[in-house]
Parts: sequence; structure tokens; C-alpha cells
Amino acid sequence: MNLAIRDIRHNILRFVLTGVGLGGLLGIVITMAGIYEGALTDALRLPRASNPDLWVVQPKTKGPFAEPSRIPRDTRNLVRRLPGVAASGAVTFQTVQATTEGRHLRLFVVGYEPGRLGGPADLVAGHSITESHYQMVADASSGLRLGEEVPLGPYGDRYTVVGLTRGMVTSAGDPVAWITLLDAQTLQFSVPPPLQRREKALGRSPPATADVNAVLVRLDPGVSKTAVAREIDRWKHLSAVTEAQEEGYLTVFVIEKMQRQLGMFMGILIVVSAVIVALIVYTLTMDKLRSIATLKLVGAPDRTIVGLIVQQALILGVAGFALGVGLVWAFKDYFPRRVQMEPRDIAILFAITVMVCLVASALSVRTAVRIDPAKALTG
Amino acid sequence: MSEMADPQALVELRGISKHFGKGPTRVDALIDITMTALAGEVVGLVGPSGSGKSTLLNVVGCVTEPSLGWMRFNGDTVYDGRWVRRDLRRLRLEKIGFIFQTHNLLPFLTAVENVMEVMELAGARQAEARVRAVQMLEYLEVGQRRNALPAQLSGGEAQRVAIARALANRPKIILADEPTAPLDSVRAGIVMDLLRRIATDQAATILVVSHDEKIFDRFDRILYLRDGRLVRDGYQPQLSKSPPAGSG
Repeated sequence: MNLAIRDIRHNILRFVLTGVGLGGLLGIVITMAGIYEGALTDALRLPRASNPDLWVVQPKTKGPFAEPSRIPRDTRNLVRRLPGVAASGAVTFQTVQATTEGRHLRLFVVGYEPGRLGGPADLVAGHSITESHYQMVADASSGLRLGEEVPLGPYGDRYTVVGLTRGMVTSAGDPVAWITLLDAQTLQFSVPPPLQRREKALGRSPPATADVNAVLVRLDPGVSKTAVAREIDRWKHLSAVTEAQEEGYLTVFVIEKMQRQLGMFMGILIVVSAVIVALIVYTLTMDKLRSIATLKLVGAPDRTIVGLIVQQALILGVAGFALGVGLVWAFKDYFPRRVQMEPRDIAILFAITVMVCLVASALSVRTAVRIDPAKALTG
Repeated sequence: MSEMADPQALVELRGISKHFGKGPTRVDALIDITMTALAGEVVGLVGPSGSGKSTLLNVVGCVTEPSLGWMRFNGDTVYDGRWVRRDLRRLRLEKIGFIFQTHNLLPFLTAVENVMEVMELAGARQAEARVRAVQMLEYLEVGQRRNALPAQLSGGEAQRVAIARALANRPKIILADEPTAPLDSVRAGIVMDLLRRIATDQAATILVVSHDEKIFDRFDRILYLRDGRLVRDGYQPQLSKSPPAGSG
């Protein structure tokens, strides 16, 4: 006969309420792990979608995602002529704010040259950019629809959405949009006429608008990435990083802080969960002191007593965990950020929950094991 | 162990003493208690508060370790200056049944489960334990209440379930601590009749601690304790004629 289940049945309301609270807390922990995984996926999605072998960027920078990079546009042609290079494409990246149909949009805009590397992959609706100006491919998470016009830039140039992708967002959760490189350069580098006049009056040349942020390079099969990167590095005004290095920078510099922050919150919530489990199991144990003394008096071994307490803690933890997973599973699509539940994370959190329950029941077990069976005989 | 054991005794104590504390704070709870209880006997342990009744019950129940003396159950030495068996819980489970003043049933188990639990602790399979527990409850005339939780039972019913639990593993020694205290005289009489029947049917020794004078006439023998000493050990007819001076 399982005493733990019988006692839970007897105190079902207390258990259910605690389980729901614990489930909510563990659900938040699981969500945080999911947000981290989602951010990691999102951060790596854009570089992986472009699928280059090398990123050519400004020297002594960590690439276009970790820190700003600005290189001449002709870098693309320069790099293309290197032996072993199969294809190249110049790109710009910038975050823009737009308002369309009363909605505020924050987009991560990629400027690329149609037909070259850096454009959108796997369109779910519409088509790629076919004209030199004012066309846009956007991610469906932006809420934009095909044919919708989005005003961008200081002059409110209207871009028509001609294609849609799915799941292309940045680590910050901003949807990605693609426009032509020419449009993107104008958007990023052009200055309004009054500023241009002022610069001219001061004898300064207007800012260059032909720069790009990076050049993507794809190599011929079998060509060493490090060898080509070393070749590019020999030009003092350029630097090349491999795809793996770029992903490493993204993970270390962009995601790591988020990981630490979420990790701290998760740690705090796990401690709070442990305190809740410990409190409820301790309260239930204190309520049962006489029953435990009676069990000992009639001959129950310590393992029966310990089993009663530990099983209750584990049942509470596992039920709360299952509820937490269920809640996250049911509501993850309603979160503004991607919540990605990885089986590995779930398994680790489950193991942590089990450990937490075991630790949380320790005080109760200690109290129960020390109860004098003679207490059952006192009136 | 120099004394000769009584081959007929189910419970046999020789020179049992128990003291708590040391020096000026020392309390002698039991002093040189020598007694025997035979199979089929219902023995009353009576005396004023602080006379050592509960301590004696705890010692016989292997809950409290004596300071001196020796103790035998059914011919087997249990205590001889130290506990002979290390696993006292197992000893209690197999040889001793406890009946408490307040029934002490586990509140989260039904009547039948309370009885089954003790059987299962002793190694019985669940199905077998259930059959035997139901039989036990029917024997004690509470079979129809088998699925009720303790909170749903009357005081008399709960006490019968507690008696069923005490009998679950067919112990030869049953220790009862004020078993009739929460009951009116009619129900107290019924419980005592039950204990008498059990002692006879199962050839068990029943030691009953009680303050309840209404049930003194139900005991075969009464052991009077005062200040930790056994001042009178007598059969009922003798006692009714000459109650000991100062007994409570």
C-alpha cells in the first residue's frame, strides 16, 4: 500500500494548490530555458540561412552581428577574384522603426544584391525581390502581408512586401526584412539635404553611401576556409571570419549575457520552488507526527517513513513539472519571443526538479526519523 | 541471567528498573519490577499518576530501554542488561500489539487499510492482507465500516478498528494504554469484553493501563504501582477484598 498516495488523496486540495503554484514556477523556469534556446536559434538563423563559408568584415571587429563593421562595397569583387571563391555577396544590416496602418514595427533590415549571397531563403509566400528599388521580403512574424506598403527612412519611401519568410527573427526577436543593397545603403548612410549642405559649406565631403557591413563568401568544395581567410587577412583593410567563428561570436557576445541573466532568474526560481516543496512537505510531515510515531511504534521501518515523505515530495515535484511543461507547451506560441523547448533542456530541468525535491524533503525526513515512537503512547 | 525463567509465562520481568537523568536530577521511574503474565490473562496496570504505569508499558513494548533487569517474551530473552535483538521494530511488529488511548489510526487510511498496513509491514501480500483485515473487522463487528476513514467513525468504532490493527499480526502480547478512556461505560464494557475474548481465543496476554475503576472488575489480575514500585500483584478476588492502601 502506498502511504504517500493515500496521504495525498487525503490532502488533495493542499496538494493540488501547491502543485499548481509549483507548476507555474517551473513553467516559468522552462519558459526561460525555452526563451534562451529560442534566442540562440534566432541569433544563428540569419547567418545560417545565408550559409556562407566566410564573413569578410572590418578589421579588428567581431563581424556584423557582434559589433559594427563597415567596408567598401567593391570588397565583394575583390574577394570574388580570389582563388577558391565560388560566390560572394555584399550585405548591410540595420534596425529600423516603421509605422504602418497604425502599427509600430521594428524590423531588422538586410540589404543584399538580388541574385547574390545574403538574400532570403525558403519563402513561404510571394517571390524574391525582382526590382532595384522599393520591394521588400519580410518575415511573417512582422504581421506584414503580401502587397502591404511599409514606409521606411527619413523620407518615408514606401516599400511593397513581395515575399514572406517564416521564423526569421533576430536574437532580440525583431523580424527580418530584406531590401536591395542600394535601398539599404540609402537608408543607412544617406543624410538629409540640410545636413548635406552644411557638410559642403564646411568643406567636408558628404558621407560615403557605397559602404557595406560585410561580404559573404562561399568557397568551392574542398577549399580550406582558414587558408582563404588568412589570404583575406593579409589585406590590412579587411578581415575574414569563418562561419563557425561568427556563430561563436554571436553566442559568446550577444547571447551570453542573456544566458547569464536568464540563468540567474532560473536559479532564483528553482530555489523558490525548493522552498515551496520543502515548506509544504515539512508542514505535511508535522501534521503527521503522531501518525509517524504510531507507524514506528507498530513496527514500520525507517524506509517506510522516509519513503512516505520522499515520495510525496517527488510526486509534488513531478506533478508540478508536468504541469509546467504542459502550460508552456500550450501557451508557447502566444509568447512574443520564440520559446523553443529542447528535450535536452527538459531532461536537465526534470533532473534538477527531482534533485530539488530530494533536497527539499531532507529536513522533513530528518524530523520524521528522529520522532520517538513513544510519542504515540502519550495522550 | 541467574534467575530461573517461568516456562508458563508469556511476559516475564525480573528486577526491571528504569531511571532517567543522573545525580540530583535522577528520577527512578521503575524500581525492581518483577512480574509475569500468562497466556489468556488480562492484566490491569493501575496506580496514581507518576507511578510508572506508562513507563512499564513502554518497557514491555520495547519502546523504552530499561536500566536494569531482564525481560522474556514467551521464553525468549528480549532484554538482559541490553536489548538482545537490534531490530526492536520488527520485534514489536511480530510479537506486540498496541492499543492507544486515542485510537491513533492513520487518518489518511480507511479502516480496512489501517489494519492491512500493519499486515503488509510484516510481509503479507496486499490481497491476503485485505481478506484477513476484513475478517478481523468483522470479528470485531465493524466490518460494515471497513471503507470509512477514521474521522467518519464513532469513538467506539474507531477503538475497535484500532484493536483490529493491534491484532493484525496475531501478536501474543497486547498492550493497551487507557483503551476505554474516551468511551462511555457501556462502550468501555464492550471493549473490555472484546479484549477478554481475544485473550481467550488467541491465548494472548493483554496488559491494560487504566485509571477507569469501572473496568477493574474485568481484569484477571491487577498490578498496583506506586512511586515506580510494584506494591501489589493480585488476582481479582483477593483484590476486591483488600485493596492496597494508597492505591489510586
